[in-house]
Amino acid sequence: MMSRSAGNRKTFSFTGEGKDIPSIGKKREKGKIVASLEEAFRLAEVRDGMTISFHHHLRDGDLVVNMALDVLAGMGIRDLVLAPSALFPVHESLLRHVRSGVIRSIEGSVNGPVGRAASEGLFSSPVILRSHGGRVRAMQAGELRVDVAVLAAPAADAMGNLSGISGPSACGSLGYAFSDAQYADRVIAVTDNLVHYPAVPFSIPQTLVDWVVPVESIGVPEKIVSGTLRVTRDPLRLIIAEQVAKVVEESGLFTGGFSMQAGAGGISLAASACIRERMKAAGIRGSFISGGITGQSVEMLEEGLFESLLDVQSFDLEAVASLASNRGHAEMSASFYANTASKGCVVDMLDVAVLGATQVDTDFNVNVNTESDGVLLHGIGGHMDTAAGAAVTVVVTPLFRGRMPMIVDRVLTVTTPGETVDVVVTERGVAVNPRRKDLLENLRGKGIPLMEIGDLKKMAEEFTGIPKTPSFGEKIIGIVEYRDGTVIDTIRQRI
Amino acid sequence: MQDQRIGVAGSLESCDVLVMVILSAESRGMTLEIDSPSLASFGEEMKNTVMEIMETLGIPHAVIKVQDRGALDCTLRARTEAAAKRALAVPAGEKVSE
Amino acid sequence: MNRRRLRRTSLYIPGTNPGMLANAEVYGADSVILDLEDGVPVSEKDAARILVRNALQHIPYRRAEVTVRVNALSTPFGRDDFREIIPLAPDAVRLPKCESADDVREADAMMTEIELENGIEPGTVGIIAITESARGGRNLSEIAAESPRLIALNYGAEDYTADIGAVRTKEGRELDDIRAKVIVAARIAGVQALDSVFGDVNDLDGLYAEALRVRLLGFDGKSVIHPRQIPVVHRAFTPSDQEVGFARRVMAAFREASSRGAGVIALDGRMIDAPVVARAEKILALAEAAGCLPGER
Repeated sequence: MMSRSAGNRKTFSFTGEGKDIPSIGKKREKGKIVASLEEAFRLAEVRDGMTISFHHHLRDGDLVVNMALDVLAGMGIRDLVLAPSALFPVHESLLRHVRSGVIRSIEGSVNGPVGRAASEGLFSSPVILRSHGGRVRAMQAGELRVDVAVLAAPAADAMGNLSGISGPSACGSLGYAFSDAQYADRVIAVTDNLVHYPAVPFSIPQTLVDWVVPVESIGVPEKIVSGTLRVTRDPLRLIIAEQVAKVVEESGLFTGGFSMQAGAGGISLAASACIRERMKAAGIRGSFISGGITGQSVEMLEEGLFESLLDVQSFDLEAVASLASNRGHAEMSASFYANTASKGCVVDMLDVAVLGATQVDTDFNVNVNTESDGVLLHGIGGHMDTAAGAAVTVVVTPLFRGRMPMIVDRVLTVTTPGETVDVVVTERGVAVNPRRKDLLENLRGKGIPLMEIGDLKKMAEEFTGIPKTPSFGEKIIGIVEYRDGTVIDTIRQRI
Repeated sequence: MQDQRIGVAGSLESCDVLVMVILSAESRGMTLEIDSPSLASFGEEMKNTVMEIMETLGIPHAVIKVQDRGALDCTLRARTEAAAKRALAVPAGEKVSE
Repeated sequence: MNRRRLRRTSLYIPGTNPGMLANAEVYGADSVILDLEDGVPVSEKDAARILVRNALQHIPYRRAEVTVRVNALSTPFGRDDFREIIPLAPDAVRLPKCESADDVREADAMMTEIELENGIEPGTVGIIAITESARGGRNLSEIAAESPRLIALNYGAEDYTADIGAVRTKEGRELDDIRAKVIVAARIAGVQALDSVFGDVNDLDGLYAEALRVRLLGFDGKSVIHPRQIPVVHRAFTPSDQEVGFARRVMAAFREASSRGAGVIALDGRMIDAPVVARAEKILALAEAAGCLPGER
């Protein structure tokens, strides 16, 4: 490369198309396709100690994470940091790569068996747990530096335009994958559905993708998206859902332009159904539903109850089909959804969020990570993001599950701080955070069984007795990072 | 052939508990096995409950197996009592003392 | 024992299911029925009896009336049921297969005996009699009058229609006769009349229509077999604005007449008798329970 000066500007002489910056140009038929994951990893110059990221849109049907780690292990790579947006029970087979030293640590959500293994002290360094928004923030801030992102793509073209709405492993939105594509040094797309160029409409553009690897299969369809998620018939959950709807109706926010987020959990789904009936009865037209999108959200869009759906992950087949066809149904990235360090995220625009919990304490702190026995079994998801953003955050839980009280003096792990939680709804009573006097005023005298949270706790213990606190060792096995990057809590090894 | 009297009560449905009480001439003292999701939090209480019921029913020797699915204490009490009473109701063979 | 408490809905909970027993009152029924009878197979009678006894002892029921449907004393299980249940003093027992005043007398005597043994004021535990046969239907007036414990009459639609040889239909005309008998006998004895269950838990419109019909016939409530039936029956037992308006005027006229010491109550130029006042009171109680009496408590 010859350089010379022209005025103040350093310039370079032309040496031939594609010489300085390689372009695909005339080799367009082949595009970025490479024959195998191994070859892609070689091109990406994967070395020991690198950080490899994945998205979890294929949920428990994902084949790509295990496939990639098997290949990396075969290549003799060691000491990797895994940075998945989440892991599922299907990823239990990663544990042998941890034991053999291929994987050193995990920065990302761990659900099920990998979490349990972490709680037993399998990893030498703690799992870093981040929310959906917090994960993007950490990438943006350079705290989570991803060397190689491996992105499962239900549809891809030879140039690396990626989409989730078609193909045998269709998953709908690719919301959590955007940040990986944007911030990773190298991006490898893995697909079982190579389509003609261009793969319009695409979610992730070719400008961010280095290589495309066609494989036999990336997922098990029936474990990726469920059939229609039916509203629960469990009467206890329905009672809680009814109370949520009542709280929402009287919250002062239940007017035109209303917006909400409610997950796909049993109570949340039922609560949406109850809110839907009340919106119809009151003739209210809302603005948007955000977060994980279900067939029920789609029906509410199509009924005109809401103007749009902002979809970071699509839970069922109806949601996938709607994302492909409904104009009001938009895909959004995790950053757009929940990143507090972005220039504006959706959670801040939310009126009501309905969220679950594995424990709530009398300071309204919520634990979604560890079970009552102290074992790390769940990721954060968007919990702390939506709680912080929504005007009214409603946490739903039965008073007790089995013999374990769900309302306790102090949660084992603080995932979401009590100062961002406004209402706790159980089947036997509703507690409003004393910080929210305005809300309390709105809800009083409306036939809602309002109680002090301490009384809810006592009532739970009347049924269950007072549980012994599980015993923990000294070793920290998990760090719960708040969405702003500070540490809100740590999780210790179970002994 | 051992002379055993076995009583079973409860179920493996959620919030229930399956209790098996085995009375036999051979067994001495109490052998208690508990399998429960709440073991870490309520193991001691569960053990005490079962022992208390056995004492109330005047059973000094038994093998007891508890398969818990998140039962409240009053349920564990009820299932243990029912299982023990069912075992006691089995006609005793000649070898069974007491 | 509260004779006149609201009993719009009585929810059956099988005595075999510990999860449902713990959550029995969460669904908002006015009364719950912890069932030892038809909801429990013969092989589980012993275990259910102990489970329900323990539930009465340990589950902190707060809002609902708690009743137990025991097995009839004519069965091999009835006496044991009484022995285990009465010492825990539930609000009432529901006495199935009530054929005659003798059945009530026998139950009453046994209850008194157990109450005394356990240091419970005799008469604490109420009786809700369930009639399920032609003979029982004929004897309803005697059944209702037999014991001061008796707080309500109920009938079992399935067994009763089978006994008289009628066919069960959606319209329920075959129940006209027993319903009339229950109402009349209950009113003579000054106790409540409770209607039987509506079996199709998926037909909430049918349930509403039937519940409304029996309220207009004079029933005070209806048994339900699924939590989702509760709000539907409560809706049917919510008086119309017109009814509430009239009831309020009746009560105002009554109060006004009482304050004057007048024996005769008049409204719109018509005489008002005691039953009309009683009915007005009942309508206002129903309206209050349904939360449609704003500003009144």
